[in-house]
Amino acid sequence: MSKPTAAEGGNGSFEPRIVAFFCNWCTYTASDLAGTARMQYAPNVRVIRIMCSGRLDPQFILEALRKGADGVLIGGCHPGDCHYLEGNYKCLRRFELLQRMLAQFGIEPERVRLEWISAAEGDRVRDVCNEMVEQVRKLGPLHLEPIPEPAAS
Amino acid sequence: MIKSADAPRIGVYICHCGTNIAGKVAVEEVAEFCRSLPGVVLARDYKYMCSDPGQELIKQDIAEHKLNRIVVTACSPLLHEKTFRKAAADAGLNPFLVQMANIREHVAWVTENAEQATRKAKSHLAAAVRRVATHESLEQQYVPINPRVMVVGGGIAGIHAALTLANAGKEVILVEREPTIGGHMAMFDKTFPTLDCAACILTPKMTSVKDHPNITMMTYSEVESVSGSVGSYQVKINRHPRYVKEDLCVGCLQCIDACMFKEGKFPNAFDQGLSKRKPIYTPFPQAVPLVPVIDPETCIHFKTGKCKQDCVTACAERGAIDFEQKAWIEEVEVGTIIVATGFKAFDPTPMAQFGYGRFPNVYTALEVERLLNAAGPTEGKLTLRDGSTPRRVGIVHCIGSRDHNYHPYCSRVCCMYSLKLAHLVREKTDAEVTNFYIDIRTPGKGFEEFYERVQRERVNFVRGKVGDVSRAPVTNGQQSSELLVQVDDTLVGKVRKVPVDMLILAVALEPDDHAQDVRRMFNMSCSNEGFFLERHPKLAPVNTANDGVFLAGACQGPKDIPDTVAQAGAAAAEALALVDAGRIALEPNTAWIDEDVCCGCKTCIPLCPYLAITRDAEKGVAVIDEALCKGCGTCVAACPTSAAQQHLFTTEQVQDEIEGIMQYV
Repeated sequence: MSKPTAAEGGNGSFEPRIVAFFCNWCTYTASDLAGTARMQYAPNVRVIRIMCSGRLDPQFILEALRKGADGVLIGGCHPGDCHYLEGNYKCLRRFELLQRMLAQFGIEPERVRLEWISAAEGDRVRDVCNEMVEQVRKLGPLHLEPIPEPAAS
Repeated sequence: MIKSADAPRIGVYICHCGTNIAGKVAVEEVAEFCRSLPGVVLARDYKYMCSDPGQELIKQDIAEHKLNRIVVTACSPLLHEKTFRKAAADAGLNPFLVQMANIREHVAWVTENAEQATRKAKSHLAAAVRRVATHESLEQQYVPINPRVMVVGGGIAGIHAALTLANAGKEVILVEREPTIGGHMAMFDKTFPTLDCAACILTPKMTSVKDHPNITMMTYSEVESVSGSVGSYQVKINRHPRYVKEDLCVGCLQCIDACMFKEGKFPNAFDQGLSKRKPIYTPFPQAVPLVPVIDPETCIHFKTGKCKQDCVTACAERGAIDFEQKAWIEEVEVGTIIVATGFKAFDPTPMAQFGYGRFPNVYTALEVERLLNAAGPTEGKLTLRDGSTPRRVGIVHCIGSRDHNYHPYCSRVCCMYSLKLAHLVREKTDAEVTNFYIDIRTPGKGFEEFYERVQRERVNFVRGKVGDVSRAPVTNGQQSSELLVQVDDTLVGKVRKVPVDMLILAVALEPDDHAQDVRRMFNMSCSNEGFFLERHPKLAPVNTANDGVFLAGACQGPKDIPDTVAQAGAAAAEALALVDAGRIALEPNTAWIDEDVCCGCKTCIPLCPYLAITRDAEKGVAVIDEALCKGCGTCVAACPTSAAQQHLFTTEQVQDEIEGIMQYV
């Protein structure tokens, strides 16, 4: 089984690879709603479900970028609406800090986006995913210096 | 946690979901792809994995092929994760060794191109396969359910839910913001389509609530805060002072007669301001509890301290009046909660074209309900503001609903209540009635028949939107109170001006003003229009994302009385199911600390919103109280040594998922 040539679309143009981390209660539910409503959007976004955006370890974002993602999208509940009271605020704090670090790494901060999307906002999921893909498409592929893999993995 | 040391033997199941998935994703190709993934023993595609034969397939394979991990690639885990966990458990596999990949809502339904959909499905599947390999067996945790239920809102929904539960022998606390229960239904005169009198069917239920030994009624009270979770909620209820002691008052109402105000002077909100009340009053004569309220804003004693206090004299023997009463907080513990906070009638003032507030004889439908009600301000006589009887009445439908400037949704009940009002106006006044409608929507038992009946009662129907309401021009130097309704009659094909003396606006039902606060308090979501969101529109219509909180009535969306009562019964049944089971299974995604790795830095402790983390001083490590942990994982994300981990979402598992996705993206 050969690995698909990931960064390329059918005609060899750049297709951004986006990893999304969506919280279970708001944004993941919203993307389910987008599905139920058959809203069509760019197929480049891969959603990973976490219980709360507060669970989002900034290392996950770096890991995704290191493993080849061109952008990372984070979705959480609107401020004040967190299922776990305040996990989304913790996420926001970490996000703000990480944005500064990304710039220091030479990674455009626009490659990582945080959005608050409630369970009712299926259309927001569609729009944000489309916008994100277009934005990253404009930025081009993320080229990172290869880092040697630890021997164990 | 039980370590699963065996090498993973993964079974992958790809659901066609009829053509929902298979119509877009090449399921056989995906199955073939899976067979090459590490640890995968077999991969099958099947028409409906959630069906009985589909689940049976998994069970058989677990036994025959000694599978120890299962990946089901189908719809959202929010829909069927429990189904497949149970199938695995039935076959003797720990249910948490199952992982789902969502290729229906997140792939097939949202992707135009079939090739791209197939590729996306593969990458989600690869991620799930990779992650499930590191899943570990977990023990199912349960929490006990406090059998007491709180019902918030004392309208017909809350009343019906409370009575259903109380009749089943459960203890119920019914909290109502207003001084009386009854809600909007108590304001109505007749109910469609049967025209039973609202009071005749509601007031006996209100009395039953008051008399029921299992119901504690807290009127003039609001929920202040809610903490805890399913099975054990700690609720603080703010009891507003009535200044009349409920336990001493017998409802003789002599205090109201004795008040120094001989006539009512202040607008009575229950009558939509159409009648006047005294500073001491009951909202309406059949109020439950029949205990007056003193409004400190208007009571002379509170304002000046110079009142003779005739009310106190009148109540001498009982001594129920207590000017010193203060608001107090009552704390209760309940296991489940039914939210039945109702709706608000749309205020048409901003829609200047209808002249509400500008022309005295433009009314909202709710105001007309009060005028038609025998216990209302006019004792059931339909009159204009000057006391005369209208000769021509117009009813404008869809005020604030089906209007993209206000609410795009259909309010569902307005057509029927407009027809009912048309009938009642005809019955009481013989006035000519004209309905101005966009579409008449009468789906419901006996509704269409009622529509036909009203048509036979010589009620006019004009199909078209009303553009303007103006005062009739001055004739013979006389300004008449007549109004001209300008309507684009789409059936005749021209703009008409229809004269009326009374105009009734069929206002929409919209979310209550406090809906957002209530939503936050009970940790619920709202749909776009602001009504509370059910967990699933079809399969969990009274459940919310919060396990112990259920919905009943118009707080979930506009609905009529029969639907409200049906939903209230359903909410009561759901609460009862939890209460009678006595316990509820918890998601095992709680956090835990690897004591060997924890450096005791205390980073996690202040982050926990539930105060579940403490520091064991002797060992110098953090300790998580699993009973308090709700499983958000915030501490895990912050732990600098990765000592904090979350079941089902360990750092390793999430990283595996990232890697799986990126490898086959």
